Amino acid sequence: MRKEEKFTGNIDWITVLIYVVLVLIGWAAIYSAVYTEGLSPFNTVGRDTTVNTGKQFQWIIASAIFAAIILIIDGKFFVTFSYVIYGAFIPLLIGVMFFGAESHGQRNWIRIGGFQMQPSELVKFTTSLALAKYLSTLNVDIRRWRDKWIAFAIIGIPMLIVIVQGDAGSAIVFVVFALVLFREGLESYYLIIGGSVIFLSLLALIVPHLWYLWIAFAIVAALLIYFNFKNRRLVYAIAGIALIASVYVTGVNFIFDHLKPHQKDRINVLLGKEVEKGKDWNIRQSIIAIGSGGLTGKGYLQGTQTKLKFVPEQSTDFIYSSIGEEFGFAGSVLIIGLFIALLMRLMYLAERQRSKYSRVYGYCVVSILFFHFLINIGMAIGVAPVIGIPLPFISYGGSSLLAFTLLLFVFIRLDSQRLEVLR
Amino acid sequence: MNKDLFQNRYNVVRIIIVVFAAVFVLRLAYLQLFEKKYDKIAFDNAIKEVEVYPTRGLVYDRKGELIVYNEAIYDIMVTPRLAKTADSPKICSLLKLTMEDYSTRMAKARQYSAHKASVFMKQVSLEDYQRFEESQYLFPGFDGQVRTIRKYPHNCAAVILGDVGEVDDNQIKNSNGYYKPGDYVGQSGLERYYEKELGGTQGKKFIYVDVHNREQGRFNDGKYDTAAIAGDNLYSTIDIKLQEYGEQLMANKKGSIIAIEPETGEILCMVSSPGYDPNLLCGAIRGENFKKLVFDSLKPLFNRATMATYSPGSTFKPLVGLISLDEGVQGEIYTVPCNGFYPFAGLSLKCSHHHPWATNIEYALAQSCNPYFWQTFRNAIENPKYTRIQDSYGQWADYCRSFGLGSRLGIDLPSEARGNIPSINYYNKIYGEKGWHSATIISLGIGQGEILVTPLQLANFYAAVGNHGWYIKPHLVKTFQKVHDKNEVKPDLKKIYASIDTRWYVPVNDGLRQVVEAGTAIESRIEGISLCGKTGTVQNSHGDHHSVFAGFAPKDNPKIAIAVVVENAGFGATFACPIASLMVERFINDTIADNRKAKEKKMMETNLLDKYALGKNMPVTNGHH
Repeated sequence: MRKEEKFTGNIDWITVLIYVVLVLIGWAAIYSAVYTEGLSPFNTVGRDTTVNTGKQFQWIIASAIFAAIILIIDGKFFVTFSYVIYGAFIPLLIGVMFFGAESHGQRNWIRIGGFQMQPSELVKFTTSLALAKYLSTLNVDIRRWRDKWIAFAIIGIPMLIVIVQGDAGSAIVFVVFALVLFREGLESYYLIIGGSVIFLSLLALIVPHLWYLWIAFAIVAALLIYFNFKNRRLVYAIAGIALIASVYVTGVNFIFDHLKPHQKDRINVLLGKEVEKGKDWNIRQSIIAIGSGGLTGKGYLQGTQTKLKFVPEQSTDFIYSSIGEEFGFAGSVLIIGLFIALLMRLMYLAERQRSKYSRVYGYCVVSILFFHFLINIGMAIGVAPVIGIPLPFISYGGSSLLAFTLLLFVFIRLDSQRLEVLR
Repeated sequence: MNKDLFQNRYNVVRIIIVVFAAVFVLRLAYLQLFEKKYDKIAFDNAIKEVEVYPTRGLVYDRKGELIVYNEAIYDIMVTPRLAKTADSPKICSLLKLTMEDYSTRMAKARQYSAHKASVFMKQVSLEDYQRFEESQYLFPGFDGQVRTIRKYPHNCAAVILGDVGEVDDNQIKNSNGYYKPGDYVGQSGLERYYEKELGGTQGKKFIYVDVHNREQGRFNDGKYDTAAIAGDNLYSTIDIKLQEYGEQLMANKKGSIIAIEPETGEILCMVSSPGYDPNLLCGAIRGENFKKLVFDSLKPLFNRATMATYSPGSTFKPLVGLISLDEGVQGEIYTVPCNGFYPFAGLSLKCSHHHPWATNIEYALAQSCNPYFWQTFRNAIENPKYTRIQDSYGQWADYCRSFGLGSRLGIDLPSEARGNIPSINYYNKIYGEKGWHSATIISLGIGQGEILVTPLQLANFYAAVGNHGWYIKPHLVKTFQKVHDKNEVKPDLKKIYASIDTRWYVPVNDGLRQVVEAGTAIESRIEGISLCGKTGTVQNSHGDHHSVFAGFAPKDNPKIAIAVVVENAGFGATFACPIASLMVERFINDTIADNRKAKEKKMMETNLLDKYALGKNMPVTNGHH
């Protein structure tokens, strides 16, 4: 295989273009979210959110430089040192719990000078490296129990540490690696069981009385058994599943009853149940902002919900509601379209890799971005639980922008070198 | 290198992603395209209609002296959610609160809304606010809102000027949506009567408010806003110096002084004693003080000059004389023997003191001879011109009413008593149509019995007598200084004529002059001023007699008509008369002659409040009987 003359030649510029567009939209949206009369978009002086646009600008420049550096580094570096990077991060992650700086009520920050960052943002990246490395190892087959457990451990260990840190929102993201495992051969019933668990959990929380569910399960099971009476094994299976489902919903209900009030409220808000006035404030205001946007929105910098601070965390977790208000349905769908285009492009790229490592890593990137997209926008439009995770490339925040840039550009770099891999 | 067995799962993952994206798009379509309510919610969130309060009109006295103005005070507002880091001990020390106070106020604000600003402390003075403002950077979530309250620099004339307070539910209901809770309106006195003029017109502006209810700019550049229109300035007829002087004279006494300029009907002063400092009902202290005043047994909120009614007593005698003269039942020269009593129908009727027989009306008035006026009254009632007492008494009562007695004069204050001139029906009902005759109602002849007048009516009657038969409706407002165009409020300056022929005032006024010059009020004569008037010692069921004087001065072209009532103070000549004479002297000469300074001192220093102590004398609201 002939080496490329220019290293830029094989970079997937479509992905880079979508990235740039998303980052710039994000920057404009942040400016709007924190806008006050006469605010310079480059302002970094002050103690409130008015500095966010200026700071984000600095982060964008930093990310650009960072991305360029990644594109210069040989992708083999990441392949070779996957475990080392992953391994080195575990003690760091544990360390910050004891020696880290505290911010937003969580002691999981590293502070160097004026720069602070959450290692938990980066751990998604390191886990992706390790997972890609492991799954691409010769003779590893995710369908085998031993390999399954090791893959689960690679994902589970950092996830557990992040949970212990108290950042449940970031920890939930790790669940999405199931999608990568699925692509690499994990049996389908894992997804089916996973989906069923989520479905049953929702049922357990929405249906007012447990015995409704018990009766429903019994009736469904009885009907199924009636029609499959001949097949003994199926009858046992159905009865067993119905029993397990009943026990499961009972368990979910029990756990819910013993949750802390604020956790209960979050779940109730999500389920559309009435909660005490004010508890569902964030979501309600976000929905009002988006809903009042109409087809084309109120116009840039014209959103009243946004300008008048009705939506909290406007430049970070709820940035999407600002876009929805000012650009309406058109703008909201455009963002969704850009994300889908990015994800589809990345999957396309992943599928064309000769190296399994690159493909697995590519799917890790897709899964992580997809999950953030799903939860963040779902939260803003009131169909997902309130989990404070950023919208990739758009939400304000240096460490998240840098982490996502790193995550994405390593894949772009790997992709650019795909032809170097011998079949 | 690796055999890919699961490439078909590529599509499964793609489908999962697309399905979720489709759910999002559907949800967005529902929120943004089909559900319209969010537009309105967002609008209501962000745009607030705010009243713009006009400044209240100022009030000046008849000489242009400022007697009511506005002062800025501040409401301290708090947004609880932002106030978590506020330096609460410092706030407490600046605003003189305890920490418990702070917590209760904060809890109350939070109950209203954690996100929106509400009143933390009402009506903080300018000095307190300035100190608060200096450290305001320590108090996030706290903010000041300017308001105005009324100030009364002369600390007097409270019952005339009235007060301004928060609107009550009825006022809100009757205002057609103009007032809302927390608005301020005149609650009594001129402040209330001329609320329309003084209050101005509220404006409206539409503003953007942020989540903390703070203004963030104009909606549509103020296109829909309307400006507030300031209240008109009121020029009152009151002479504030005379008013202050009157209140000094009436200190520690119960009663009233009312003075009218006969030529114009302008009220020069209206003292109701005991009074109170009108500033007590301003600002944050209003509620507490109002309660105190309401429960005060001396009823300082009660305007005795317009609301209290008394038997006029001897001050009524000139009218009894005028009626009989006009009816032609007796002449100017007419003698009634008086040996200290009046033999009539077996009644025990006595004169108040011994004096030579009165042979004419002048002398009878000067000596205030009771038998003379009983006889005079009988002459009118037993007038052979009328066959029935109903006719003669009806005629007599109409004479009284033609002076504005027995009905409200229509002064420009929110409330006024009507007094009483008993109707024919009243006596018919009690005694039966044939059951009453002149002896039944003989006490009317000396102003006792069922007749009741307010001090205002009494002063107005004397103004009419001084004018030889006409009066102009007494009023408190000369004019308004227009800040804007509105229906002009002009006092009604029409002359109202009483039904007595002008010539009969000559002998009566001569008599009234003699009262002061040589009669019962001789102690109160003023050098160089031809004061005319009549003393009254009014019997009542509440204790000692009321001391009353009513009159006018000078005799020709009178400049002032006055009525003074000092409750339970005894003879008219002892308190009411000297006080009236001092008021007249002060008004006409602008100063008190040296030889009368002692009298002035004595009047100011006399304290009759002991007489009104509970149990000894019941609190008096009217002097019936």
